[in-house]
Amino acid sequence: MYSIRLWAARHARLLELTYQAVEPVIIKLQPLWKSVGYARAEKPVARLEQACKGLLFDCQMCGQCILSSTGMSCSMNCPKHLRNGPCGGVMQNGNCEVEPDTRCVWVEAWEGSQRMKDSDAIQIVQLPVDHRLQGTSSWLRVARQAAERRESLK
Amino acid sequence: MTSRLTIPNSSQLPPAEDAGNVGRLERVLRSGQFAVTAELAPPDSADPQEVHARAQLFAGHVDAMNATDGSGANCHMSSVAMCALLAREGHETVMQISCRDRNRIAIQGDVLGAAALGIRNLLCLTGDGVQVGDHPEAKPVFDLDSLSLLDIVAGLRDKHAFASGRTLTSAPQVFLGAAANPFAPPFAFRPHRLAKKIAAGAQFIQTQYCFDLPRFQDFMHRARDLGLLEKCFILPGVGPLASARTAEWIRRHVPGVHIPDDVLKRLKGARDQKAEGRDICIEMIQQLREIEGVSGVHIMAHRQEAFVPEIVQRAGILGARRPWTPEPRPTPYP
Repeated sequence: MYSIRLWAARHARLLELTYQAVEPVIIKLQPLWKSVGYARAEKPVARLEQACKGLLFDCQMCGQCILSSTGMSCSMNCPKHLRNGPCGGVMQNGNCEVEPDTRCVWVEAWEGSQRMKDSDAIQIVQLPVDHRLQGTSSWLRVARQAAERRESLK
Repeated sequence: MTSRLTIPNSSQLPPAEDAGNVGRLERVLRSGQFAVTAELAPPDSADPQEVHARAQLFAGHVDAMNATDGSGANCHMSSVAMCALLAREGHETVMQISCRDRNRIAIQGDVLGAAALGIRNLLCLTGDGVQVGDHPEAKPVFDLDSLSLLDIVAGLRDKHAFASGRTLTSAPQVFLGAAANPFAPPFAFRPHRLAKKIAAGAQFIQTQYCFDLPRFQDFMHRARDLGLLEKCFILPGVGPLASARTAEWIRRHVPGVHIPDDVLKRLKGARDQKAEGRDICIEMIQQLREIEGVSGVHIMAHRQEAFVPEIVQRAGILGARRPWTPEPRPTPYP
């Protein structure tokens, strides 16, 4: 919902802390994901993720979440799907050129990022979206990648 | 954040005659001369003569001509075709690429084709939304954004590879540009976005229309504090306003262009508004030239292209220098 989305960016620090608490849990559950099988876990986890992040951020389930780098404002809600910052068409009142009654998600993102501890994450150059991941769970991907990193370090 | 960009001093540059793949715009900028680029409106036509006639207006007055890619999301002749026609005559062009209409497969193919056709400069843009143009019912693509586009084209050139990793047998030797709009919110983020563009591969920057000098100065100060001025060439955008009515229309309808009240007031109070618009533009160029880090100007004289030579001349920015111009063709009947 639009108003909750704006709330989320205004409380980016709180949500950053929340995610920092949740991420290790998802990673710790690695034995569970492994025994169930990532493919089988995918559907329920993606559904849960969509319910949480859909409510908070109007998450579009791009499957490669960068909320931590976008001030907790989902960049996939930008009509141009920009993942690296605002276009040149932002109106003087900070609204979107395509949807003039809506705040620019990148104006929200910048303000959100300044409230976060890792406020420089917004300066990372984001690679293009992998459209094959649409609809999949970012959380499971994070868990899997963390497990793979641990394996490779062994 | 680290930047992959290294710019040699002008003394390290090869001399003009054996500059190889270095285009004229890049040479002018690297040699520290004040560069002039201008926007060339593409015709709604399949006749190459219309392209040549438009270019003829600028020849000898600008260092490169920008061919827009469906600017304002309106349909026109494609930028790659315009640039190819102009390159055939020897003109230096900046081919604009927007992410609105094509995905990464099409764009990479176009970049290779453009380089093969002799196009040296590319300007990587996000592009206007389809809703502002003449085909609002079209599907907006935006597979890439301007940053990932820069990164991919830099990869084609420097890593000799497509985004997929597949290698090229010959890499496109292009000078990479990007746009900046210091005049739209969030203002504090704009210099950081410039830094991101430089990190992604931008070597020169052309900005949105500058009518608000203090705002631009503030942007440049922040860019200097971030150490960006040595890493790219910045060409602020300028242009003559045809009348106060045009200015008001732009304020209402063109997203991202900011025209302050005092500019509007000055136009309204003028007896000849068109001439006043040009005077404002010329004064702006002269003031911009004094700002540290400004390497040239980009003139966008929409529907006033014929005045570009006059603006350049009266602004006095070229001095005694005369940009390249095609040899006059032998006339069939002497």
